[in-house]
This record gives sequence, C-alpha cells and structure tokens, in this order.
Amino acid sequence: MASGHDDHHHGPAKGIKRWLFATNHKDIGTMYLVFSLAMFLLGGTFALVIRAELFQPGLQFVQPDFFNQMTTMHGLVMVFGAVMPAFVGLANWMVPLMIGAPDMALPRMNNWSFWILPFAFTMLASTLLTDAGAPNFGWTFYAPLSTTYATSSVTFFIFAVHMMGISSIMGAINIIATIQNLRAPGMTYMKMPLFVWTWLITAYLLLLVMPVLAGVVTMMLFDVHFGTSFFSAAGGGDPVLFQHVFWFFGHPEVYIMILPAFGVVSEIIATFSRKKLFGYDSMVYATSSIAFLSLIVWVHHMFVTGMPLAGELFFMYATMLIAVPTGVKVFNWVTTMFKGSISFETPMLFAIAFVVLFTCGGFTGLMLAIAPADFQYHDTYFVVAHFHYVLVPGAVFSLMAAAYYWLPKWTGNMYDENLGRVHFWLSFIGINILFFPQHFLGLAGMPRRIPDYALQFTDFNMMSTVGAFLFGFSQLIFVWVVIKCVKGGKKATAEVWDGSHGLEWTLPSPPPYHSFTTPPAIK
Amino acid sequence: MADKSDKQVMSSGKVVAKLSLLTVGMFGFGFLLVPIYSVICELTGLNGKTGGRYQYQQAQVAVDESREVTVQFLASNNAGMAWEFRPMQHQVTLHPGELTEVKFYARNPTAQRMIAQAVPSVAPARSVDYLHKTECFCFTQQALDAGEAVEMPLIFFIDRDLPEDVSKLTLSYTLFDVTQNFAGKSQALSVN
Repeated sequence: MASGHDDHHHGPAKGIKRWLFATNHKDIGTMYLVFSLAMFLLGGTFALVIRAELFQPGLQFVQPDFFNQMTTMHGLVMVFGAVMPAFVGLANWMVPLMIGAPDMALPRMNNWSFWILPFAFTMLASTLLTDAGAPNFGWTFYAPLSTTYATSSVTFFIFAVHMMGISSIMGAINIIATIQNLRAPGMTYMKMPLFVWTWLITAYLLLLVMPVLAGVVTMMLFDVHFGTSFFSAAGGGDPVLFQHVFWFFGHPEVYIMILPAFGVVSEIIATFSRKKLFGYDSMVYATSSIAFLSLIVWVHHMFVTGMPLAGELFFMYATMLIAVPTGVKVFNWVTTMFKGSISFETPMLFAIAFVVLFTCGGFTGLMLAIAPADFQYHDTYFVVAHFHYVLVPGAVFSLMAAAYYWLPKWTGNMYDENLGRVHFWLSFIGINILFFPQHFLGLAGMPRRIPDYALQFTDFNMMSTVGAFLFGFSQLIFVWVVIKCVKGGKKATAEVWDGSHGLEWTLPSPPPYHSFTTPPAIK
Repeated sequence: MADKSDKQVMSSGKVVAKLSLLTVGMFGFGFLLVPIYSVICELTGLNGKTGGRYQYQQAQVAVDESREVTVQFLASNNAGMAWEFRPMQHQVTLHPGELTEVKFYARNPTAQRMIAQAVPSVAPARSVDYLHKTECFCFTQQALDAGEAVEMPLIFFIDRDLPEDVSKLTLSYTLFDVTQNFAGKSQALSVN
C-alpha cells in the first residue's frame, strides 16, 4: 500500500494477489512493518492488562493464572512479533535501496518467511481462547514450569516458536545473501551504510542462536510428549541445563533486537546533524565486538543458580566488557552531534531520546552485571525496569525514529510533523513515568511476575500504571500519523531531508516498484 | 546480461547452502550442549552430582585413623511424591577409607504399584569427588507394590584425599515418581 507506483508493465499485481504472492522487497517490507505494528498493539494490550491489575494491591481484574498468561504472551508477542519482524521489515525495505540492489537475493523465500509469521502468531494467540489458556510460564519458559507443570497449550507454543524461528532464519539468510551478492559495483563493505552493517552482523547472530532456540523447544517437546528427561532430574536430566541452553540463545537475542537499532540511529543522527557519522570504522568494529561478546555472557542471567566463584567472575567481567564497545558507540553519536547544525524533526527527537534512555538502560545493565549485587536485584522489578529501558526507549524508539525517517521515502508524502512531535513527547513522558518508578520498586524488593504486592509498593505502581496508559494510548497517534501519511500530504522530494546522504535518497519518493535495475555508480 | 544474472543466482545458491549448513550445525550444537553440560558438571563437581558405582578394592584404600568425618543424610520427596522416605540413621561419623553401610526406609502408602528414582546430591560441592558409593539404591529404580515397605542399602566410603577443612558432608536424596516413564518397561535406566 505504501509503494503503489505505476511503472509501465512491471507494476504490482492487482488486489490481494499482490500481497499473497509478493516477491517485491518493498511489498514484503511493508507487510512485515504492518504486521509488527499490529503485534505491537496486541502485545501492548496485554501489557495494559498487567498494569491495570497492578494499579492497586490485591486482585481486581484478573486471576493469577490469567495474569501469568498475560506476562508470557506480552513478552513473546513483543519480542518475536513486534520488534524482530519490524527490523526485518526495515531490512527488506532499506537494504536493497541502500546498497543499490534491484531486490532481495531470494524473493520467493522472502515471501515464505513473511507468510509463516501470521500463522505462527494466530496459533499462539488462539491458545488464549482454549480452556487450557495460553502459556503461563513466562516468555523465558523455564523448565520444569514449561514441561512437567505446563498447560496443554505448550505444544502450540512449541510449534509457534519453531515457525517463528524458521521465519527468522530464512530472513537472515536472505539478508546475508543480499548484502554479499547484490551490492552495487564499488560498494565495498567499508562503504556500506551502518544500518546495512548492523543488519549483516545481526543476521549472523540470528543464524547462530535461532537454531539453538529451536533445539531447546524440541527438547521440551520430547520431554512433554515422548518421555525423555532432558530437563527432569528424575530421569537423569537437569532443569538448570534448560537455562543454559535457553540463555545461550536468549542473550544474543537481546543484541539481535538492539544492533539494527544502533544502525538506524547512526543514520538518523548523522542526517539531522548535517555531518558525516563520526568514527564509522570504530562503529563497525564496536558492533562486531558486541556481537562476539554477546555469545559468551549468557550465564549472567543465572548468577543465582549456584555457580563456582570462577564462573561468576568470568561472566561478570565478560558482561561488563560489553560496556566498552557500547560506550564507543554512544560517544560516537554524541560526537557526531557535536558542533553539528542540528534540527529537531521527529526522527531526530526519537533518536536523541534513544541515546539518552538506552544509556540509562545500559547503566542499570552494568549494575545487574555485578554478580554480588545481582543476588539482590534478581527477579525483582529492577530487572523489569532495566530491560524495558533498553527495549522500549531503545529498540522501539529506534523503530519509531526509523518509521518517521523513511515514511516520506516509502509513501512519497511528508508525515504530519506536529502530530509526530506530539506523539514523541507523550511517548517520552509516558515511558519515563511508566518505567522509572519500577527501578525503585525493584530496589525495594518487589518481585516481578506476581499479580499482587505489599502495600508499601502502591504509590510507585500507580505512577507506573498511569504512565503505561499514557504511553499505550499515545501509540494510537502514531497509527493515525501513518494512515494520514499513506493517504496523502505534502509531496516529499527525493532527498526528503536536508542533510540526507546515501543511495536511498537518490531515488524519487516513493521509489519506483523496481528500483536500481541498473546498478548505480558509487563514488 | 543473462549470463551475469545466472551467475548471481548460482552464487546466491552457494551462500544459501553454506548458511543452511551453519543453521543445521547450530541446531546440532544446541543438542551437543547437553553432554557438554554433563561433562562440565562432572569435572567441576557442580550440582553436587555424584559419580556412579565405585569399584572398591580393599588393598588400595587404607583407613585414615587420624581424622573423623561426619556424613549427614537427608531424604526428601519431590513435589507430589506420596512415599514415606527417610534415612534410618541421620548421621554417621567415620574415618576416611572406612567402608560404611546405612539404610534408607521407603514405603509406598498408595493403592498402586509405583516406581521411584532417587537422585543424590552432595554438599559442599567440592567434596563430591571424595564420596564413593559402592552400592546404592539410587543406581536403579525402586518398585514397590501398594503398601509395601523396603529398607534400601547404601554402602560408601570417604576418600582419604578429602580436603582437610571439610569435616562434615551432607548427602541428600530426592525421590521422584517415575511410574509413568517406566510403566511396562523392564530395563533399568542408570542415573548414577
């Protein structure tokens, strides 16, 4: 819907077939983005159920079991349904445009990897309507909660995760193949835009860890249905093994959700500072180092499982080491803005908020990395505050920034700048009211994933819930901005932004249905 | 032009083949983590996992009369397990190298035949390698008919190389109901 452009014989097919049989990277990118927005609203609704229940101590709206289903589904839908597909959607749209390729390398696989997703999530969400209810063991699905004590819907969950994994793996293979093979002549690796670089590294991370996730859910499936004992001590297995295999996937997963965000923010800050990105090379190396380190720190999620001291120390130091390349990135963004001729359009506002708030989330991450301190913070709201700070004002804000930044390119129309700013400020204020008090709740000892709490936590929980509803409902403004922009508005130029640079801005807005059929020349 | 695009498809195919291989490899690696984990637990004594049956040879093991070590016994049921299960002696004091026998009592109070598996754990973890069992009810499953009771033997000794500062060990057993897993199967599964 975003890229309708008549181009002689090669225009899009008519009607529903255009989407069902889509092989065009722009169409598939659009579908990914629309799907992830829908999942974002669904996962957000689950979150509002959680926050509504936590507005006051005691049980008001839902029973504990349903509360657990909400925390589980919120996590799964946001991670696998909203953030990951949104970044794949951005990659579909932007990678070919940024490297001067005519399309993705494997267009038919691209179609398949998208169309698996709606089925996976329909299957997962349908469990809410069954008697057994949805999965209720948390998005980290620790055994034996997810095996011995699981509801019967666990099998639906397992197959849904398999499908999401297959989709991500195919998406990653496609992106790597595109970047390796379809760069325009002269586009060397070290000339690629940073968004392309971060996605290349992310795609490799996906290939390294999504199969391990598939493995761990397969082991669960065997334990639940075929009498094996991977995670059951009675048969010689070990529930702690589950945590190791899961977090071997789970920790790189958080970088899968944040590395492309680094790429987006690097593009946007350079554009609106009207400067070249400071320290391009160091950004590439920092991203690679983060990706490597992410593979060897998973045990910091398990400090309290009873580790030998040497293990605690190794994983503590390795985790803290990640702050170094991350610091390189933050300093490079700040230095890019330094003495720049900055203007504050909506994408830039989101990008700056990203830098500030993601850094806050990074600092609480450092606090959690300290093994002896983690014994205190473990499984409290402090952890919830930490990872929501890196995921919401981190990953989600970067997605918002990306949407505002490229919407004029996608649709050919400028979005409503005033509405965009209203959306930004309400989100920015809402998110901080929502998550900042959770730090205090966690430090005071409020455990996560429990529908009730002691009286002394009431005030901060009320603030948090107010923030949640403010943030949640302001996202409807975003939906409205997108619809308005697709329908019409001031025509966008090819460059769109004053300081934009890169191949995507050499094409008209919106770009023709088939772009770069002859490769562009790279200076 | 056609040549060029053909070449590109070929090389994309190669990339896909390589990356698919990586994917399959990592799927396998996920399962490889299972034995790797066991080996690491065994090497480090993590988890308090004890070794299997120890071949005791009198000639090799002299009793160290100069030290005394106390071994305490714990028995607990996993959630939902109905058996009565307890050590018949709560602790013994012995010399390293001295072969000792204690008995555990188990009774199945239910109206069904049930099969149970006891899983041992030793604390402190660094003493795991020094507790050797030559005979243990935990090496096999225990099957009891409705109402049946049994006294189960454990024969063990403490290695003379037990670190000097360890004077007290705890050996705990958790009893799991494995009736479902072994219903209709006669062969025993060895789990230490």
